[in-house]
Amino acid sequence: MISTANMISTAVGGIDTLRLATAGSVDDGKSTLVGRLLHDSKSVLADQLEAVEHASRSRGQDAPDLALLTDGLRAEREQGITIDVAYRYFATPRRRFILADTPGHVQYTRNMVTGASTAELAIILVDARNGVVEQTCRHAAVAALLRVPQVVLAVNKMDLVGYGEKEFDRIVEDFAGHAAELSLPGFTPIPVSALAGDNVVERSAHMDWYTGPALLEFLEEVPVGADPADAPARFPVQYVIRHGEVRHYAGQLASGALRVGDRVTVHPSGETSEITGIDVLGTGVAVARAPQSISVRLADERDVSRGDMITAGVGVPVLTKEVRAAVCHLADRPLKVGDRVLVRHTTRTVKAVVKDLAGAAELTANDLGRIGLRTAEPLALDDYATSRRTGAFLIIDPADGTTLTAGMVEL
Amino acid sequence: MTGAAVTGSVLSHLDALESEAVHIFREVAGEFERPVILFSGGKDSIVMLHLALKAFTPAPVPFALLHVDTGHNFPEVIDYRDRVVAAHGLRLHVASVQDYIDRGVLRERPDGTRNPLQTLPLTEKIQSGRFDAVFGGGRRDEEKARAKERVFSLRDEFSQWDPRRQRPELWNLYNGRHAPGEHVRVFPLSNWTELDVWQYMAREHIELPNIYYAHQREVFRRGDMWLTAGEWGGPKDGETVEKRQVRYRTVGDMSCTGAVDSDADTIDRVIAEIAASRLTERGATRADDKLSEAAMEDRKREGYF
Repeated sequence: MISTANMISTAVGGIDTLRLATAGSVDDGKSTLVGRLLHDSKSVLADQLEAVEHASRSRGQDAPDLALLTDGLRAEREQGITIDVAYRYFATPRRRFILADTPGHVQYTRNMVTGASTAELAIILVDARNGVVEQTCRHAAVAALLRVPQVVLAVNKMDLVGYGEKEFDRIVEDFAGHAAELSLPGFTPIPVSALAGDNVVERSAHMDWYTGPALLEFLEEVPVGADPADAPARFPVQYVIRHGEVRHYAGQLASGALRVGDRVTVHPSGETSEITGIDVLGTGVAVARAPQSISVRLADERDVSRGDMITAGVGVPVLTKEVRAAVCHLADRPLKVGDRVLVRHTTRTVKAVVKDLAGAAELTANDLGRIGLRTAEPLALDDYATSRRTGAFLIIDPADGTTLTAGMVEL
Repeated sequence: MTGAAVTGSVLSHLDALESEAVHIFREVAGEFERPVILFSGGKDSIVMLHLALKAFTPAPVPFALLHVDTGHNFPEVIDYRDRVVAAHGLRLHVASVQDYIDRGVLRERPDGTRNPLQTLPLTEKIQSGRFDAVFGGGRRDEEKARAKERVFSLRDEFSQWDPRRQRPELWNLYNGRHAPGEHVRVFPLSNWTELDVWQYMAREHIELPNIYYAHQREVFRRGDMWLTAGEWGGPKDGETVEKRQVRYRTVGDMSCTGAVDSDADTIDRVIAEIAASRLTERGATRADDKLSEAAMEDRKREGYF
C-alpha cells in the first residue's frame, strides 16, 4: 500500500498535477500498464470495468483485459491498435495525473512528439524478453528532443523472464548507453509486470533485489517542474481587453515572474514601459508567475497587440527572421525546401519560407530533422533547451491550415 | 471572484486548470470572428461561462451563448439559463428541437429520447449564425471516444468530426485555422474531471440549478434509471410513479437523464458522494451513451457535441 502519511504538497491551495506521456507498443503491454495504473489507483469505476469484463467475455477471454479500458475508437478496437493520442485522468490522494497515452508503432512518432510536448515525465516501456529495440531508441530520442524533464524506463513482463535481476540489469545498461548518446539527462529504471501487477502500484513480492519505488510511488514523488525562480519573464500577449480608457494586456505567463513596477520591453517594437498593475482574473496582485493567466497594465500608451511579447529583467529573447530548429514532421504531405508556410510561435503567426532541411530534399511524416526558415516578420525566440514554451513553434500550411511540422528552436 | 495568491512555485491543480481554460478562451477571442458558447444550464456549461467571465474581466464576455433546447428540459434549468443571461447582459441564441418536429423535419423517436435529435438544429444554427468557433463543455474523462478529442476540434461544413483529420496539438499552441464554412469546436474543460468541476464550483461559490442537489421528486423506474415523470413520455404502462429523494449528476434531456438516490443537499456532500461513487457520471445517469459501445463516436462524427 502507498503510504499517504506526510502529505506535503508544494502546490498552493491544494494538490498539484503531473503531466506524463507513455511510449511503447501494444506488444510491450502498454495498454495493460496504463489499464493497471487506472485500475489499481481506483480510477476505474464499476460501469467502465463492467463494460471491459463484458467485452473480454465476448472475445472469449477469461480475465478482464485491462487494455480495453483505453482503446477508444472503433477502428482501434477492430484492429487491436491505438491510432491516436488519448488522454487519461487518474488521481491519488497525493497528486493528480494527466496521462498522454501515445501509440508506439514507428509510424506514429508524431503522436509521441505530441504527447511529450506537454509532459513533465515520459514512461518508456520495454519488453523484458526483447530488451532495448530500435523503437525504444526512437522513444528515447523523442523524449530527449522534446526535453521531457524526467524519463522512466519501465521494463515490463518481468514475470516472463523469471523476475531475474540479471535480465533487468542488462537492459538498463543497454539503455544507459543509448541515453548517453542522445544526451538524455537521466532516467529511472523500474522492473514491472503490468499483467501481474508487480511494481506498478504495489511493490512486488517477486523482486526483493529491487529496492526502489513502485511506478506509481515514483510518479507521486517526482518533483513537478515549476520553472526556475530566475527564469526570464516571458509574457506573450494573447488579447487586449479594453475597458473604458484602460487597456489590459491579457495572456498566460510562459516563464518567469512579473511584478508591479518592473521595467518591461515589448517585442518586436523594442519599446519600453513599466508595469502599473497586474490582475489574476479580476484580483489585483503584486507578482505573478508562470503559468498563470493574467492581465497587465502599462504606464505608457503603447501600441501593444496580440502576437507581441513582453519581457522583463535580464536575458532578452533573440529577435530574428532567421530561424534554425530541430523538427518533427507531422503531416502526411511532405515539407520541401522552398515551401511557403506559416510559423506559429506563442501568440504570433508569421509568413515564412523553408530555406533548408539540413541536406534533406524533403521531410515526410514522422521524420525527425533540422530546418532553416526565413520569416517575413521578426520573432522573439528563446532556445527550446531553456524554454519549452517560447522555444517551440508550429509550421502550418497556409492553404488549408493543416499543422505540418513541430519545431524546437536552436539558437 | 477569487485569485490565486502565489507564494509557492507550483499552481494547485484547480488553479492550473483555470489558467489553462482562460488561456483557451482568450486564444479564441484573439483568433476567431464569431465565437459562441454552447450553454445548456448544465454544470459544465455553467463553469465554462464562469471561466469566460473571469477571462475578460473587467470587460464583458465577447461571445454570445447558444442553447440547443430539446423541448424536454427541466424547468429549473431553463429558469436558471434565463436568469444568468439577464444577469450578465448576454445574448442568447436558441436552436429548438420542437420547432424541427413541428415543421416535420425531425421525427420523434419511439422512446421519446430527444438527445440524438439535437444534432441537426445545432449544426444548422451554427451555419445560419456563421459561428466559426463553438465552445463546448466536453471533458476527456467523460467517455472513451472523448479521450482523443482535441482542445481545438476541426469540423467540416456539415459539422462532421473525422478522427483522422484532427490536427496534432502540441504544447499550448492551438491551431484554429479553417476554411470558410468550417468551424472549430473548442473544449476549455478538456483536462477537467467531474470532481474537478465540482471542487471548482465549491471554491468559486458558483450557484447551480437546484436539481443538482438532493430533493424530493416524483420519479419512475425505466431500465436502471430513475426518470422524472412528465409530458415527454412517462410513465408508461407498467411504470409506477413514486416519490424519492434524488439528485442529478448530469442534466440533459428529461427523457434520457436519470436521477440518483442521494441525500447530498450541499456542495460539500455532493463532492463527498462523487469521490466515493463507483460509477461514472454518464454510466450512472445517461441512457443515450449506453446505446452502443461506439454510440458517442458515431454521434461525434455526425456533429454532436
